[in-house]
Amino acid sequence: MSDISRLLTASAIALFAGLGVAQAQTDITVAMQLEPPNLDPTGGAAEAIDSVTYSNIYEGLTRFASDGSVVPGLAASWEISADGLVYTFKLHQGVTFHDGSAFDAEDVKFSLDRARADDSTNAQKPLFAQIADVTVIDAATVQITLSQPNGSLLFNLAWGDAVIVAPESAATNTTNPVGTGAFTFVNWVQGDRIDLARNANYWGTPAVLETATFRFISDPTAAFASVMAGDVDVFSGFPAPENLPQFAADPRFQVIVGSTEGETILAMNNKLPPFENVLVREAVSHAIDRQAIIDGAMFGYGMPIGTHFAPHNPAYVDLKTGSAYDPDRARALLAEAGLPDGFTTTLKLPPPSYARRGGEIIAAQLRAVGIETEVSNLEWAQWLEQVFKGKDFGLTIVSHTEPMDINIYANPEYYFQYDNPDFQALMTELTATTDPEKRTALLQKAQTIIAEDYVNGYLFQLAALTVAKAGVQGLWPNAPVASIDLTAVSWVK
Amino acid sequence: MTRRWPNRSLMIGAALALIFIAGGFLSLIWTPYAIDGVDIPNKMLLPTAAHWLGTDHLGRDILSMIMVGAQTSIAVAVLAVGIGMGVGIPLGLTAAARAGGWLDEFIMRGNDLVFAFPSLVIAILITAVFGPGAVNAIIAIGIFNIPVFARLTRGAALSLWQRDFILAARVSGKSGLRISVEHILPNITSLMIVQGTIQFSLGILAEAGLSYVGLGAQPPIPSWGRMLAESQTLVSLAPQLALIPGLAIVLTVLGLNLMGDGLRDMLDPRIRAER
Amino acid sequence: MIGYVLRRFVSLIVSLVVASLVIFMVVEVAPGDPAAFMLGMSAQPDTLAALRAELGLDVAKPQRYLNWVSGMVQGDFGTSYTYRTPVAGMIADRMWISLPLAVYALVLSTLIAFPAGIYAASRRGRAGDIAVMGATQLGVAVPNFWFAMIMVLIFAINLGWFSAGGFPGWDKGFWGGIKALTLPAIALALPQAAILARVMRSSLLDMLGEDFIRTARAKGLRARSVLWKHALRNAMIPVLTIIGLQFSFLLAGGIIIEQVFYLPGLGRLVFQAITQRDLIVVESVVMLLVFAVIVVNFVVDLTYAAVDPRLRVQA
Repeated sequence: MSDISRLLTASAIALFAGLGVAQAQTDITVAMQLEPPNLDPTGGAAEAIDSVTYSNIYEGLTRFASDGSVVPGLAASWEISADGLVYTFKLHQGVTFHDGSAFDAEDVKFSLDRARADDSTNAQKPLFAQIADVTVIDAATVQITLSQPNGSLLFNLAWGDAVIVAPESAATNTTNPVGTGAFTFVNWVQGDRIDLARNANYWGTPAVLETATFRFISDPTAAFASVMAGDVDVFSGFPAPENLPQFAADPRFQVIVGSTEGETILAMNNKLPPFENVLVREAVSHAIDRQAIIDGAMFGYGMPIGTHFAPHNPAYVDLKTGSAYDPDRARALLAEAGLPDGFTTTLKLPPPSYARRGGEIIAAQLRAVGIETEVSNLEWAQWLEQVFKGKDFGLTIVSHTEPMDINIYANPEYYFQYDNPDFQALMTELTATTDPEKRTALLQKAQTIIAEDYVNGYLFQLAALTVAKAGVQGLWPNAPVASIDLTAVSWVK
Repeated sequence: MTRRWPNRSLMIGAALALIFIAGGFLSLIWTPYAIDGVDIPNKMLLPTAAHWLGTDHLGRDILSMIMVGAQTSIAVAVLAVGIGMGVGIPLGLTAAARAGGWLDEFIMRGNDLVFAFPSLVIAILITAVFGPGAVNAIIAIGIFNIPVFARLTRGAALSLWQRDFILAARVSGKSGLRISVEHILPNITSLMIVQGTIQFSLGILAEAGLSYVGLGAQPPIPSWGRMLAESQTLVSLAPQLALIPGLAIVLTVLGLNLMGDGLRDMLDPRIRAER
Repeated sequence: MIGYVLRRFVSLIVSLVVASLVIFMVVEVAPGDPAAFMLGMSAQPDTLAALRAELGLDVAKPQRYLNWVSGMVQGDFGTSYTYRTPVAGMIADRMWISLPLAVYALVLSTLIAFPAGIYAASRRGRAGDIAVMGATQLGVAVPNFWFAMIMVLIFAINLGWFSAGGFPGWDKGFWGGIKALTLPAIALALPQAAILARVMRSSLLDMLGEDFIRTARAKGLRARSVLWKHALRNAMIPVLTIIGLQFSFLLAGGIIIEQVFYLPGLGRLVFQAITQRDLIVVESVVMLLVFAVIVVNFVVDLTYAAVDPRLRVQA
């Protein structure tokens, strides 16, 4: 063959090969920071489990939509009795688990009973505390009877800890998850990735993607490198906010900034002197400059908050002015509390960069008003041991990512040890209230109490940071639940 | 022919190392800025007249942090060498004095055992048990210096024990302990100095590695390794944040190694004779 | 000879037992309850107790030690607290990355060091020697994780020749796997190559000064053949020792490199297990690494004794 015809042939082949690739991609690689320790959300507390499996592999009676609202899941509809004690759920028909076994009301009873059993290792057992009984009416109807009214039952049932599992497979869900969701589990190479595939027998709208791979990259530098080099298609919960402007300016990528349910707080040990004095707590709150922390630690990403509540929630009350940055006022308050020369305390920080960087900034801000801090960087295991369980700390920084978790302030045993009987009574009332308007009023009152009591330093709402290749669509901007929901994700053609 | 070269390497090495050692000492009494001077509006500046090496991602002066970081690295490395020598040399001398006996065997097997442990993993374990920080980094690094000095001392001492003047001391009734201290020890000092310099530079690298993974000196004490770790995600925005601490490590270690080489070459004939 | 082998074997067993005791005690002393870690911030006392019972954490420590050791002897390394899968399987999976990485780095290191060291020795004192020695000084002074990051910046992010890390799996192709291990292997190899080159050079120079070499020269053999045939063979002994030592270092010492390149290898397994308080994994993997080194030392010792009769007598 002459050179020219060789060249033409090669070009023709290349052209045809190129045409063949013109269809949209049907696989995706999603990276996240932490690897789940196992794949059973009903047995462990790690958020990473939900990130991979919630809504993708498992489903519950209800589920969270991308805007945070509670929508029907496996339950097509429900009725609530007048006294608020009996919930009757009508289930979808024709649903099967990934191993082929049929889904019916017996599975719902099994899952809920298993979660609330005495020997259950479910991390969120209190969610099921008010359930007195679960009854199977028929294969497609199940009834839940409560011991007292609980306005948040439907909300609770949407959590990952309440997903429906099958008795045949429940014991091995940790390593071989079997659910009813739009994706089936294929493979887990521990330390590296988890592979999912589309469920051809899904009862609802099937997923667009055929395969999905989750990869785990905890190091912020490696995260940046992996996205830049194109090794991953999406990074959910991108750990290095300083790199986002670079991605935003690059046409190959898109940056999606949303909000999470994560209230980042400077927690104070309310039972440790001098923090038992509300004047001291107020002084600390005025000593810190939220915006400087957001700019320095999160490079501007994150919404400042004045209380323990998500600002995107309609019931949010803006209480930031009560704890505005005012170092002079902080010093005056310390003097009033009998500590004109300040004091020394410990600042224990878990691994995330919002805590480490935020901690360095806060230490400097506190020093400016006379409060010296001994900073210790702890691993999660140590933090849980010392701060969370042992309550051996003065100050710490952590983000509380469960949705609607203001009720932690009603637990005097919780690590920051806030004990206010009025607030506890308020929370009990809230649980029993189902009327949305009344609930909003109670929630607003709750937010005001904990802000005026300066229980903790309320810093900012953690932003949901996602970086993806430009052609990906359908990703959730917000993270109302720790789930990377891929059911509606696809590539632009 | 080879005489001029070692002296030159010793001088270059000493000069390099001394820049950072001097900086470390100076930082004990003065630094241009406070190392906890968080100043967000002025973050990530390139070198200016006000900040000779620029500022980091929280607005702190890098020159000040490098100086105090030198203090951290040197202190950790020196103390770790101190542990290694303080425990290792007596162990090695004892083993040589009781050569062939069960004590010698015991010490040597203990040595081999410590050598067998993967040092970084154990260092991470130690800091997990006792908490991260400069003190535990010193212990973790120091433990792995001990067998190095023990083995070296034993080897050098063993060959000295064969020498006539030692045999003479033995015959005259001196105890092993006295011989070790009075005769052997002075003759191995040059060897120990050379090895000490090498372990010092290794200690600086080890400290950088430990603080890179967050287990060395804790905030607010700056440390070169941690500065490197913190700079990595910013490297495309502000590459100087990664280059400056890295260069500090490289130059200090290089200086110390050149010093060690120069010393060894200068003391060469004596070392050769001792073998 | 038999007596020597037996004595060394006995001391091998003793070393292993002592090592296992030390490892167990150090790991168990580490504070932090694995069950609390797994349940996180929502742990209740009853779920904690249930989980601890499930993991076997409520058994007394001496009993746990004996269970662990007797299990290991039979090849059962226990079950991971975090992942609830057999540790032996996890180790085997990671070995397929750490072992090839260590070998790859060793090969690269040797390929660079041998020519460099020999060249430097043959040009002793002259420009070539100084240049090589200068380069090795630099190589030894650079922290390998810093070097790794710079390589990623240049070759992965800017040039796009390599991926920034990760491992596609051997099942996706041999050369794909090798490519993924290339940057990590170079990062690991360079400082080792620098050390090895210096050892090669000094060992060779020592040999060249020895009597038997001068004899060979006096016999009239050409300088080049003297160098290659006689000096090199004898100079290899200390070099081989260093290579052996480096191998065990590379196996475990790649922790940081595995972190930078997010490779699912043994080093990262141990690191993650320590953070997660997965005590079983930490104990078993450290024990395995120590075992490997002790055994390698034992074999090397035997080989030396077989080769050099003086060593047998002295021991």
